[in-house]
Amino acid sequence: MHDVTHAKQRRRDLILAAVFVALAACVPLFVKDVYVQNIMVLTLMYAGLSQSWNILGGYCGQISLGHALYFGLGAYVTAILLTKFDVLPWFGMLTGGIISALIALALGYPTFRLGGHYFAIATIVIAEIAYLLFLNWDWAGAALGIDIMVREDSWAKFQFTRSKLPYFYFALFFAAVAWLVTWWLENSKWGYWWRAVKDNPDAAESLGVVVFKSKMGAGAISAFLTAIGGAFYAMFVSYIDPESVMSFQFSLLISLPAVLGGIGTLWGPVLGAVVLIPVTELTRSFIGGSGRGVDLIVYGSLIVIVSLTRPDGLLGLFSRKRKKEAVQ
Amino acid sequence: MTALLETRGVWQRFGGLVANSDVSISVGRGEIVGLIGPNGAGKSTLFNLIAGVRPPTQGTIWLDGEDITATPATERCRRGIGRTFQVVKSFETMTVIDNVIVGALVRSTEMRAARRKAFEVLEFCGLAARADVMASELIPSEKRRLEVARALATEPKLLLLDEVLTGLTPLEAQTGVELVRRVRETGVTVLMVEHVMEIVMPLVDRAIVLDLGKVLVEGKPTDVVRDPKVIAAYLGDRHAVGA
Ligand SMILES: Nc1ncnc2c1ncn2[C@@H]1O[C@H](COP(=O)(O)OP(=O)(O)O)[C@@H](O)[C@H]1O
Ligand SMILES: [Mg+2]
Repeated sequence: MHDVTHAKQRRRDLILAAVFVALAACVPLFVKDVYVQNIMVLTLMYAGLSQSWNILGGYCGQISLGHALYFGLGAYVTAILLTKFDVLPWFGMLTGGIISALIALALGYPTFRLGGHYFAIATIVIAEIAYLLFLNWDWAGAALGIDIMVREDSWAKFQFTRSKLPYFYFALFFAAVAWLVTWWLENSKWGYWWRAVKDNPDAAESLGVVVFKSKMGAGAISAFLTAIGGAFYAMFVSYIDPESVMSFQFSLLISLPAVLGGIGTLWGPVLGAVVLIPVTELTRSFIGGSGRGVDLIVYGSLIVIVSLTRPDGLLGLFSRKRKKEAVQ
Repeated sequence: MTALLETRGVWQRFGGLVANSDVSISVGRGEIVGLIGPNGAGKSTLFNLIAGVRPPTQGTIWLDGEDITATPATERCRRGIGRTFQVVKSFETMTVIDNVIVGALVRSTEMRAARRKAFEVLEFCGLAARADVMASELIPSEKRRLEVARALATEPKLLLLDEVLTGLTPLEAQTGVELVRRVRETGVTVLMVEHVMEIVMPLVDRAIVLDLGKVLVEGKPTDVVRDPKVIAAYLGDRHAVGA
């Protein structure tokens, strides 16, 4: 009886997600404004990115503030392979994902032994080092970056000049895949191991959970998916440099939707992205392009406000209401 | 036939402090053994050594005739050692049944089987009605039972219980005693630490008294409680005798 209700709950999540995807897919039929479409693409992309971050930071409890590294790697690998070796972006995307996952494993080997805040600090430092390396790496374009010439509309080359819609549908696909991967993992041995590791590593070990392996698995999957998002972004904006794909603000933008929406939950990143990204994009255009510093202040304040007033995120509002209803 | 668990000349030093010195105990299959002794005697330390939290400074630990001294905690769980913690360590952001599923996954990675197993264990421990509650919302006595349930879900041969009956109301403690009896009836060997002698003495087949890190006395519970050395060790620890 008990496993039936659980299976029902999971099916309900799946149906809900399918409905959301179907609805989202129809939105461009009504919204023709390019600026708004642009915001929708970014919102979906950050929903997928934050969902990816959530696997490591939310479920497994290893707070990374350096996911800009994997985002940037996905972007750079795709751009370099395309412009220097004529490799189609689809392969670039996959290669970027695999390279990022391998690097996450290599970096995880020493850093996953660090406890608590030291891990978060290490991720910031490592991402910053990578940023500086790319800033000075001439072959990879250094500070000038890489320009991806867009000449034609082509799905094979994933470039489109006339319409933003293909990007929109890919971003939707990416967000849906990241959600689906999470949905599937949540009810697997990995999902349970991660949450156990987050809540209490000692107890987890006593129950046969291999803590280190759990973290490595979460790190690799999270990095792979994040790099896919980075590869997409490179094609979407068709010009990248270290500042625009590997700077610290991406680490914040990737983690914030999950933190805001509900860390370590299935729906938190989506909810957080839908609320946060349009707001930041609107403020950005309101203040003007030079408002980088202001962005950071806004993100920082958001983190503080959320963690002080609503540690379980916006999703907590819903579940609290539901609980009250259940009591009545 | 070899004992299920054996420690041979086990020492544990923390800097200058000797928490276990030359401890050699053995636990036979199907036994309920009580490990008692005043506060700070080194009982939890010995538990952690048996469960594999850290290797002993010196000495060896044997399970089923195999040397497991160098075996990590996760592997010991797989080999059949289940444990609870004196200070409960629930997975607070998970539901009660999800806590237990973590344990069940050691034996079956098929989710549905693990969930069913976890629910069975919760029924066995009298927690089934609380299956979908967050672990953080349990009252202390329920949290203790959750610790036991989680460990049982790993299908242990040897169950280590660290003060699961301490601090409970007499009624709750009685329920706990019944639970331990039923656990043994399923064929699980139990080694239980208790600080308060009165509760455990009627339950255990054999008692081992630890004092200042050493085995002081070992024997039938009725003999042990009357032993002058034990009484002396417990003197000044009135709470333990009189509770
Ligand atoms: N990790 C540790 N580091 C240093 N000292 C410890 C540690 N664990 C236990 N001790 C010390 O070892 C002694 C025995 O502790 P413990 O095994 O918890 O006793 P008991 O469970 O019998 O009350 C105590 O003096 C305690 O302070
Ligand atoms: Mg103790």
